[in-house]
Amino acid sequence: MKLEIMQLEQLPVHTGRVIQVFGHEIALFRLGNGKIRAVENRCPHKGGPLAEGIVSGDYVFCPLHDWKICLADGNVQSPDTGCVKTFQTEIEENRIYIMIEPQEQGERRESLVPEQGLVNQK
Amino acid sequence: MKKRKLCLVGNGMAGVRCMEEILKLAPDLFDITIFGREPHPNYNRILLSSVLAGDADIRDIVLNDWNWYEQNGITLYTGETVTSIDAEQRNIYTDCGRVESYDDLILATGSLPFMLPLPGIDKEGVIAFRDINDCKTMMEASKTYKKAVVIGGGLLGLEAARGLLNLSMDVSVVHIFDNIMERQLDPVASKLLQSELEKQGIRFLLEKQSAEILGDTRVTGLRFADGTAEEADLIVMAVGIRPNAALAQESGIEVKRGIVVNDYMETNIDHVYAVGECAEHRGTVYGLVAPLFEQGKVLAKRICQMDAAPYEGSTLHTKLKISGVNVFSAGEFMDTSDTRAIRVHDEWEGVYKKVLVRDDQVVGAVLFGDTKDSTRILEMIRTNATISELQRVAILQNLSSSSGASELDYVAAMSSDEIICGCNGVSKGTIVEAIYEHGLNSVEGVKKCTGASRSCGGCKPLVANLLQCVLGDQAQTSNQKEPICTCTTLSRDELVREIQEKCLTSVREVMHVLDWTEPEGCSKCRPAINYYLNMVFPELHEDERESRFVNERMHANIQKDGTYSVVPRMYGGVTSPAELKKIAEVAEKYQVPLVKVTGGQRLDLLGVKKEDLPNVWRDLDMPSGYAYGKAIRTVKTCVGSDFCRFGTQNSIQMGIDIEKAFERLDTPAKIKMAVSGCPRNCAESLIKDIGVVGIDGGWEIYIGGNGGVHAKVAQLLCKVKTNEEVMEWVGAFLQYYRENANYGERTSAWMERIGLSSIQRALENTETRRELNYRIAAALGVLSDPWQDIIQKENIRQLFENVAVNV
Ligand SMILES: Cc1cc2nc3c(=O)[nH]c(=O)nc-3n(C[C@H](O)[C@H](O)[C@H](O)COP(=O)(O)OP(=O)(O)OC[C@H]3O[C@@H](n4cnc5c(N)ncnc54)[C@H](O)[C@@H]3O)c2cc1C
Ligand code: SF4
Ligand code: FES
Repeated sequence: MKLEIMQLEQLPVHTGRVIQVFGHEIALFRLGNGKIRAVENRCPHKGGPLAEGIVSGDYVFCPLHDWKICLADGNVQSPDTGCVKTFQTEIEENRIYIMIEPQEQGERRESLVPEQGLVNQK
Repeated sequence: MKKRKLCLVGNGMAGVRCMEEILKLAPDLFDITIFGREPHPNYNRILLSSVLAGDADIRDIVLNDWNWYEQNGITLYTGETVTSIDAEQRNIYTDCGRVESYDDLILATGSLPFMLPLPGIDKEGVIAFRDINDCKTMMEASKTYKKAVVIGGGLLGLEAARGLLNLSMDVSVVHIFDNIMERQLDPVASKLLQSELEKQGIRFLLEKQSAEILGDTRVTGLRFADGTAEEADLIVMAVGIRPNAALAQESGIEVKRGIVVNDYMETNIDHVYAVGECAEHRGTVYGLVAPLFEQGKVLAKRICQMDAAPYEGSTLHTKLKISGVNVFSAGEFMDTSDTRAIRVHDEWEGVYKKVLVRDDQVVGAVLFGDTKDSTRILEMIRTNATISELQRVAILQNLSSSSGASELDYVAAMSSDEIICGCNGVSKGTIVEAIYEHGLNSVEGVKKCTGASRSCGGCKPLVANLLQCVLGDQAQTSNQKEPICTCTTLSRDELVREIQEKCLTSVREVMHVLDWTEPEGCSKCRPAINYYLNMVFPELHEDERESRFVNERMHANIQKDGTYSVVPRMYGGVTSPAELKKIAEVAEKYQVPLVKVTGGQRLDLLGVKKEDLPNVWRDLDMPSGYAYGKAIRTVKTCVGSDFCRFGTQNSIQMGIDIEKAFERLDTPAKIKMAVSGCPRNCAESLIKDIGVVGIDGGWEIYIGGNGGVHAKVAQLLCKVKTNEEVMEWVGAFLQYYRENANYGERTSAWMERIGLSSIQRALENTETRRELNYRIAAALGVLSDPWQDIIQKENIRQLFENVAVNV
C-alpha cells in the first residue's frame, strides 16, 4: 500500500522526522544526495530513536550510543551487529510516499517512564 | 625445486622480525608456518606502555597485520600453543591436536613474567604486565577500582605505574632495594628519577619485601615482611622475566637459563634454532629488542645459507618511556676503581650526566633530564672509541652546551654511520639515502621504509629533525599528530589552521576542500568541525544544526527512552517563589514524571516528550540552562558573605555575574563552575573546570578540576584582588581553552596534556588577556536564547512534531 506522508520541503536534508503509521514508528530521512529513506525508529541496541541521529551518506549514527546503521538495508555496521526494518519510499511531484502493508504490525517503543507521573501521586 | 618447510613457534617481536629478514633475503625459499599462543597478529609489545598511558590505541600497535601474513603466503595459527617437538621425526605438536612437520624450526617463545611465589598470588586482581590481555585487564580495573600497587621498581614497573596513574588510579611502587632502576642507573640518577616521579604522583615504598597478598577472592592488600601492609585493589607484578624455554627443555634441546645457542643462533639439535628472549647466547639472555633484532638478522642469513658474520653479543642501552621524563643508560653505569667519570650535575635544570671512561675508552653513560647526546655516546661505546685528553673536554662541552646548539645542528653534525634508531640499528646514512631514493617526507614514511622508530619510538624526534635537515620546509614533521577521526588524516591543529588559512566557512566546504574520505563525515568529525568553525569565525559561520548531536539540536537532554529533560537557567543556583510556582505549574500541565534537583543546583524536569518541548519552553518562559551541551553549564555558588558567618566574599553575586557574562557559550567540552565565599569551599570549587574561592581581600581562581570518572582536583591559576579581575581572568581562560583544546577534551585532560604552567605563561600578559576577552565577546555577541528562537521559528518547531499518518 502506498501512503502519502508529507511534502518534500517538510523534511530538511540530514534531519530525521518521526512518522506514526499502522502502529509503526518510522524514522524518515532525506539524504545529502536527495534520496528518501525510511527505517523503523528503534535502534536494535537499546531502542534509541534513530530519527534523532546524525546522518552521513547512507548511514545514521544512533543518538544514544553511536551505533552506525545503514539506511539502505537496515544493517548495523561492524563491530556491532543487528538490523532494523526498512521501508520503500518514493517521491512524486514533491510529495513523499511510503510503501507499507496494514497487516505489518510495528513494535511499539516501550516508554520506560512510569505511566503515573511522580508529581501526580498524592 | 621443492620449498623447504620452515616453522616458527612464537608469533612475537623477535620471531616475526627474523621472518621479515628471511623474506627479504629469499622470498621463495621457504614454505612458512607460524604458531602463536596469543590471538593477535604480531604487535609491538614495547608500546603496551603507551597504550596503558593512553598515548596509543591497541589497534595502532599492530606491526604485521593479518594481510601481511596472507600476502607473504604464511600459514598462521593464532591462539594455538605448540606443546612438544619431536626432533627425530621433525614434527611439532599443538594443543589443538595439530601435527606439523618441518625442515627447519625456529623457537621464539619469548619470556614469561616472573611471579613471586607469595601466598595469595592466585587471587583475582593480581597480574603481570606482558601482553595485550594484561593491558586490557588494567584498563578495565581502573574503571571500578582505585588503588594499584606495582611490585618492582624497574623499567617495566615504572612504566606500568605511570600508565595506571594516567588511568586515574592511586599508584604505589614497591621495590626491594633502596634505589629504583638499580640495574640501569647509579644512585644519583635513581634518586633524581624517583623525585621526578613522586612529583607526578607515584608513591614509592622502598626496601620493602613483599610477603603475602591479602583478600578473599579479590586482592585487598599487600603485606610486607616487616609487618606493614599496603591497601590494593590491583597488584601488578613487574619483578622480572624468565626465558620461556620449557618446551625446548622437554623436547631434549639444551637449556640453561634460556635455550642455549651459538653465534649463529643454532641450538644443539640440527635444524632447530632459537632467537629472542628465550635464547641464551654466551651466557646472556637479552630482554630488549635491539639485540634480538640483531640476532634475527644473523639467523636469517644462516637459515638462508648465506655468509653471516657471527653474532657476538650486544651493548645494552635503555630509555624510559614516560613522557616528560628523560632517562638514558648504556653500558657500564657504576663507578669502579678503574673507571673515571666525566660528570655534569645541574640542580637548577634537573640535569645529570655521567660518562664513564676506562683507559681512554668510553664504557658507559647515564643521562637524566637531557638525553639528546645519547645516540652519540652510544656510538662511542659500541665502537670502543678511544678519547684523547682534548676530546674528553669536548664531550663535556658538548654535553653541557645542549642549550646553545640547536637540535637540528646536532643531527646535521652526526656522521652518516651513526645509529639513529637503536632498537632497529638504523643509521643516519640509511635514512638519508631512503629519504632521497624514495622521496620520503614524513616520520611515518621513514618508519615504513627503513624500520627506524618502529619499535620503542624514542628516536622519533631525531628522525623528524633529520627530515627537516634534509628537506627543509618540505618535511612533514608534525609526527605526533593524531587525525580527528578516520575520515581524514588531519589532526585538530592542522584542521583549525586550514580553516583559518583557507577561510572555510561551512562543514561541507571543510570536508570537500580538505579531501574527506567520507564525503559527509561521521558522528565524530561533523560536530567537531562545526565547533571549530564557530570558534574561528563566530560571525561568519552559521551554526549547522544537522552537524550537532541530538541534545544540542533539540536543546534538551535525551534520555534512554527517547524522552528529554529540561533544565531552565537559574543564575548562580538562585531562584524565587514566582519562578518555582511557574516550574511547578509546567510540570503538572505536561505531566512531567520526575522533578529533580541537579548536582549543579538547578531543577530538572525529566521525561518530557519531544512534541511537548517547545510548549514547555514557552510556558516556562525562562532561558535555556544548557544542561545538554558542550557549553557553559552552571555556576554553583555557596551562600557567601551575605548570610554565612564565615563568608569573606559575596559568592552568590560573583556566580551570577559570571554565569550571566558567559552563558550560552560553546566550549570544546562542558564547563562547570563554582564560586565559594571562603576556603571552606561549600560550592565544591576544587572539582570544577573553573573554581573561584573567596579569600580575605580577594579571590583565588582554580582551573582543571573534575568530579567525574577521572576525578581531578583543580589547580591554582592565580590570585586576584577585585571582582573585575575575576571576570577578566575567567574570560581569558575560557577563550584560551576554546581556542586550544581538542573538541571533546575536558579542561582537566587538556591541562594534563599541555601543563598548568603553559596556561599560566600564556595568560600572564595583560595584553593577551585583553585580546582573549575581546574575542570571547565577539563569540558571545552572536548568541541568543535557543528556546525562544525555536518557539519563534515555525519551520524548526515543526520538526519536534511526530507526523501521524491516518488511513
Ligand atoms: C610493557 C613492556 C615494555 C617494554 N619496553 C621495551 C623497551 O622500551 N625497549 C625494548 O627494547 N624492549 C622493551 N620491552 C621488551 C620487548 O618487548 C621484548 O624484548 C620483546 O618483545 C621480546 O621478543 P620475543 O619475540 O623474544 O618475545 P615475545 O614478543 O614475547 O614473543 C613471544 C611470543 O611467543 C608466544 N609463545 C610462547 N610460547 C609459545 C608456544 N609454545 N606456542 C605458541 N606460541 C608461543 C607468546 O605468546 C608470545 O606471543 C618491553 C616489554 C614490555 C612487556
Ligand atoms: S564556602 Fe565559606 S562562605 Fe561559602 S557557605 Fe561555606 S563557609 Fe560560608
Ligand atoms: S540504542 Fe542505539 S546505539 Fe545504543
